[in-house]
Amino acid sequence: VLPSQLVARSFEGYPPQARQIAANHIALLKRLPLGFLPLLLRELIGYDWKFPAERREMDGQLAYLTSLGPEQLAKAMEVFSHLRLAPALEKTDWVNSPSIFTEQLTAHLWSTHQIDAFRAGAVAYIEKSSAALPRQELPAHRLGIAVIGQGVHDNQYRLFRKLRPHGEYYTRVKAANGLATLLDVLKKRAASYPMPYGHWYIDGSTSAPPIAEGATSISYASLSGPRAVLQTRMRKFYEATVFDPEAFRSGMAQIQPEEIGLDAARDPVLARFQLSLLTEGSGTQVFATTFVQWAAREVWRRAQPLTVFARFGQRQRENPMNVLLAEAHRPPELDPQGSLIDADMSAYYTWVNQQRLAGAEKAAFLVWFEDHQEAIVTGPEFRQGKQSDVSTDLRDLVALIASAK
Amino acid sequence: VRIDATQSISSSRRTFLRTVTGAAAFPGLRSLAGADRPKKTVVVTFGGGARDDETFMPDGQENIPHLLNELIPQATFFSQVVNRGILGHYVATASIVTGVYETFNNFAPVPPDNPTVFEYFRKDGKRPATDCWVVAPSNGFARIGESNHRAYGPGFGAGVILPKRLLTAALAGGDRERYQHLLRDNYETPLYAPPLTGTQLELNRMAEVLKLSVDDFAAHARSLASPDEMSVFVARQLMRQLAPSLLWVTLHDIDVAHSGTFSLYIEGIQRCDRLCAELWQAIQKDPEYANKTTMFILPDFGRDSDIDSGGNGFQHHRTGDQLSRTTWMMVLGPGVRQNVVVDRPVESIDLIPTLGSLLGFDARLSRGKPIAEVA
Repeated sequence: VLPSQLVARSFEGYPPQARQIAANHIALLKRLPLGFLPLLLRELIGYDWKFPAERREMDGQLAYLTSLGPEQLAKAMEVFSHLRLAPALEKTDWVNSPSIFTEQLTAHLWSTHQIDAFRAGAVAYIEKSSAALPRQELPAHRLGIAVIGQGVHDNQYRLFRKLRPHGEYYTRVKAANGLATLLDVLKKRAASYPMPYGHWYIDGSTSAPPIAEGATSISYASLSGPRAVLQTRMRKFYEATVFDPEAFRSGMAQIQPEEIGLDAARDPVLARFQLSLLTEGSGTQVFATTFVQWAAREVWRRAQPLTVFARFGQRQRENPMNVLLAEAHRPPELDPQGSLIDADMSAYYTWVNQQRLAGAEKAAFLVWFEDHQEAIVTGPEFRQGKQSDVSTDLRDLVALIASAK
Repeated sequence: VRIDATQSISSSRRTFLRTVTGAAAFPGLRSLAGADRPKKTVVVTFGGGARDDETFMPDGQENIPHLLNELIPQATFFSQVVNRGILGHYVATASIVTGVYETFNNFAPVPPDNPTVFEYFRKDGKRPATDCWVVAPSNGFARIGESNHRAYGPGFGAGVILPKRLLTAALAGGDRERYQHLLRDNYETPLYAPPLTGTQLELNRMAEVLKLSVDDFAAHARSLASPDEMSVFVARQLMRQLAPSLLWVTLHDIDVAHSGTFSLYIEGIQRCDRLCAELWQAIQKDPEYANKTTMFILPDFGRDSDIDSGGNGFQHHRTGDQLSRTTWMMVLGPGVRQNVVVDRPVESIDLIPTLGSLLGFDARLSRGKPIAEVA
């Protein structure tokens, strides 16, 4: 099937809202090149389970493309129209399986040395379509909080090395009930600025996560059931006589939330998101620190919330994959010091991903070494690249980041 | 933009090396005199490149003390080695080995399409099969020693030793539990782990080649900390027993980065740093190799930058950005200028024609060019 042959019935396999949107834009979809359309459909097919911010972006992207005259559209699609595609790609069911098409397209672009041109074209397209989106005022500045180093007593690693140039480093933080103090910030912001998926608590500790009222919560520990089911499936791939990575990826992509015990009836959007963390992330299935980092990244990128609170716990020690995947069958040995180093870098990445969003110039970010005196804070109220050795109460830092303008 | 970004990476490396090691700019071309031509060559590639942030930048230097303090002062350092091919470890290493950007599926158990350095070396020089070997980390590299090219191919390649497969065969009777740390897997996909199915026949043959009993191999392996340590142990055993003229070792511990664990990635870099120095020291102590061996060390490519929104920092090498495509190479040995930096860009496919100039074979199907500074 070529794009020009599409009709509304082509999208019968799509979920209801995605199907309706495709039908409403069928004239546009027929004009898009095969090197681009399946990538758009890959996003559209999941519309029913997207976060509000993602839906807004998809609606805006379609509006932008629809607004272009024939010559403008041809120019916007120029790079994608000129890609040399393999005939086999045209024969795949790219309408109903756009993810598989995209994966095959990517491999083809790499092997034919077209990936750089594609990448440049994609970046230019995203810049233009994003610029056309109506700017949305935020009800408050964005705030990120990361708590790292659970269970570490003595540390020789130089913390916050990546973040120090961007914020103020505090060496004498008084933090009695520090975790509760920080969680309180999350709760207050969720109460003050209620919005769907606008405030998140992400937990990587081994214990049950605290209740974060008003926030969307996900945790490595509470997903132990779905992870165990998934790990069993992964282990079967691993132990097969011949391992086929493409079959493995396809198999992972086709898993439904219910199959691994995620409650899709209660909150289908969240269930799909959690599934994506476990099936699309690398290492998220077996390492708690990787899970929290990837989850925080995806939350910022996809949900674009006002508040993200990421608490990093301890991951299991490195082992062969078959041992890592048997986590549910034995108590894993933990690596607190390695987890601290992982979390330190992950906190930096969480800040980087916050900075990619609109309103970055007003955003604030705090990292605290749990039960220790070290913290770093970034934001308009804080000096960059400076160190404070003055005794400072965590509650005072919290007051500053919560009120930052 | 591409040139600027690449040159910026190169410039940072050069500046840092000049500060730390006092390395000078390369003074000018000169060909190696006949007496300086190496009789033996060892190539070490890192599968899973290490970024500058964790190596040549100020925060990274603590991870590479051996490269900085012991090897670079003796080396010509190329600060801008660009890989324009597919950034997957097997296909990228195959591209270095053939001097052509190979385009096969990175995860397919296939031989390279173009002749390998081993085939050129053996056919042109009429070298025996025992004169070149590859030590590789996993089953995914099993076919790297020999292409399926009609003019070369079967009978002209290198022997490939996969230490993990040997160990698996040696442990066929059980006891895998104590060796789990040596059987760690590749993380390039969420679960890319080719099955380890070593056979007793293969093990016995290797035991004969390495002059090492199965029991001794297993006993020694128990004292090693990682798959890369096992690879270097096997490489040193090959040097002692067969003294091959061309030895290719690929290290892979760094690629644990795909699991997203920064601390393990750093440990992998530190281990590679130490193992490279140990291998060079072993070369200097072995009469068969001392003062007549050139060693090349290069990552197969880099890793994604922290800034590119299409990636996730050090974890992967998927974006194709300049940081993931641009890496470095150091060359040590007789006749090689010491403690100098070459800024100009070279490509990873230039290595094989360079080896051709040094070792006297014609890499006629390679798309690279000999690197004049060391050829």
